[in-house]
Amino acid sequence: MNRIQNKLQEDKKLLSIYFTAGYPSLNDTVTIIQDLEKSGVDMIEIGLPFSDPLADGPTIQASSTQALKNGMTSEVLFNQLKDIRKTVNIPLIIMGYFNPILQYGVEAFCKKCQEVGIDGLIIPDLPVDVYHDDYKTTFETYGLINVFLITPQTSDDRIHFIDSVSNGFIYMVSSASVTGSQSGFGDENTAYFKRIANMNLKNPQIIGFGISDNKTFTQATEYAKGAIIGSAFIKFLSDTSVNAIHEFVKAIKN
Amino acid sequence: MNYNVNQKGYYGTFGGAFIPEMLYPNVEELRQKYLEVMAEPDFKKEFNQLLKDYVGRPSPLYFAKRLSKKYNTKIYLKREDLNHTGAHKINNTIGQILMAKRLGKTRIIAETGAGQHGVATATVCALMGLECIVYMGEIDIARQAPNVARMKMLGAKVVPALSGSRTLKDATNEAIRDWINNPVNTHYIIGSAIGPHPYPDMVTRFQSVISEEIKWQLKEQEGRENPNYVVACIGGGSNAAGTYYHFLHEPDVKIIAVEAAGLGVNSGESAATSVLGKEGIIHGCKTLLMQTVDGQITEPYSISAGLDYPGVGPMHAHLAKTGRAEFMAITDDEAMTAGLELCQLEGIIPAIETSHALAIFEQKTFKADDVIVVSLSGRGDKDLDTYIKYFKL
Ligand SMILES: Cc1ncc(COP(=O)(O)O)c(C=O)c1O
Repeated sequence: MNRIQNKLQEDKKLLSIYFTAGYPSLNDTVTIIQDLEKSGVDMIEIGLPFSDPLADGPTIQASSTQALKNGMTSEVLFNQLKDIRKTVNIPLIIMGYFNPILQYGVEAFCKKCQEVGIDGLIIPDLPVDVYHDDYKTTFETYGLINVFLITPQTSDDRIHFIDSVSNGFIYMVSSASVTGSQSGFGDENTAYFKRIANMNLKNPQIIGFGISDNKTFTQATEYAKGAIIGSAFIKFLSDTSVNAIHEFVKAIKN
Repeated sequence: MNYNVNQKGYYGTFGGAFIPEMLYPNVEELRQKYLEVMAEPDFKKEFNQLLKDYVGRPSPLYFAKRLSKKYNTKIYLKREDLNHTGAHKINNTIGQILMAKRLGKTRIIAETGAGQHGVATATVCALMGLECIVYMGEIDIARQAPNVARMKMLGAKVVPALSGSRTLKDATNEAIRDWINNPVNTHYIIGSAIGPHPYPDMVTRFQSVISEEIKWQLKEQEGRENPNYVVACIGGGSNAAGTYYHFLHEPDVKIIAVEAAGLGVNSGESAATSVLGKEGIIHGCKTLLMQTVDGQITEPYSISAGLDYPGVGPMHAHLAKTGRAEFMAITDDEAMTAGLELCQLEGIIPAIETSHALAIFEQKTFKADDVIVVSLSGRGDKDLDTYIKYFKL
């Protein structure tokens, strides 16, 4: 069984953290991953930076631009991660846009992921239909779990289709927005959280986008298996320090 | 060989809809309805009426006598510059605003580079009384001040794109982000034959009025519907798609696509995507795209803001790959010279984008009895500053 599937079996709410690889400094990647695990984070999404991140707000855009300036590439990332499984046990997911993966070669990319110990991928601009027809077997050959997004506008039929193609978790985008643009959840969000919880899907859901503190984490995990924090963590890295990651995580977990 | 889009939204291997799930409901709604809506008699009637009474169509097909004499061939100019707002862009915005209304949308967003598409969108929004937000790179806002003022006078809100290189590509990113944030009431009027399926096909169909008219106009003037060549400049490829559309499957009509070489194809400052690009994904479609080996999208360069785009519409990528179209690359200098030549031989000041298409006559020799139709995609008023600086007028 894949590390993601194992983790999802644990009887607890999961905290997943996103960060952009190569930010703030090119070689921070491994330290950030290790510190996140030590601080008690359950799962990590390593962002492979892209020049044109369509689904991201200003914070992740800026970190991506900086990471690219610092020299981050797919090759550099795989090199940084080559010994990661000697020290880190929690599930690691690469989150990146499709074009850099396409240029690397989808199969070569998947193979490399397996070699370094990546457990899954999130590719926001690779639609479930295309994945299902063209890439599913490749991902599965290399033991990778592909994670799909759903939003408040996703129809029930499509959610059921996504559920049937998924074999890890479903990434529930908290509201209609790019990353980082929420401040707290209202009735509309919770109504949506409840609606999905009541669908009894095969795959557990993890909520992301707009989770920034203990309050939003608690709200989200009331209805879902876990929650993902991205922009708020990137902001913390730039405003505070890479050396104080445990403080950030502690404040979330309270 | 089929050059039209297939059922799945592809032109050969290019096209598709590589969009985040957040955009799926909107793009899917459009995909399911666009052909049906466009086929409605009411829609057709309103579209054609507006093209006639508001845009001023049909645009003339003008035999350029002195230009033809100089190059010893027969050159016709399809006068899209005479359309309301001064370019072909309005054919598409009229179509899409009617589509948006049929879909019940109340808020319109658009991206713009030179400002021509922004002005054409602001215009139709004023016409229909809909809210209009135009994203424009901060750098383009500075270099296209008159068009920014026009959009504002027409009631649009112009929002600077501050990310990335702050030009057309980034304005498009910002428009897409806006659509993600406003998934219910908003329609995104894309300004070229780019983006996720069905946009390239929808934009092409709205622009196809250009070649539809060329056919009967040429019949009137030359006694035959098909020219030997059709020629157009390509940014994303909407004026080109419209100019080629009814000739794509006429093997006796040769197609020439003209890209911006900037300072030279291999100078590092160019927008000649068919030469410099590789298959990749930009703004939701698989196409030829200028990028690093690592898959990061690179910055193109051209003196003309409208051709300054790192990709090309998927239909054109297919025309390039199959060899159906001949692609030519024209430098800044060659385009500027050709632009000035048209002013002095024919009394027409062309947009700098269009000047690229006109520059091919210095590069390629045609037969004396060849009939060549060039899309005169826009007028040069918006480019006066650039012409003045370049020629020190
Ligand atoms: C006059 C004119 N021609 C051509 C273009 C290029 O666009 P497309 O390739 O979509 O026709 C533009 C874009 O701004 C334009 O304003």
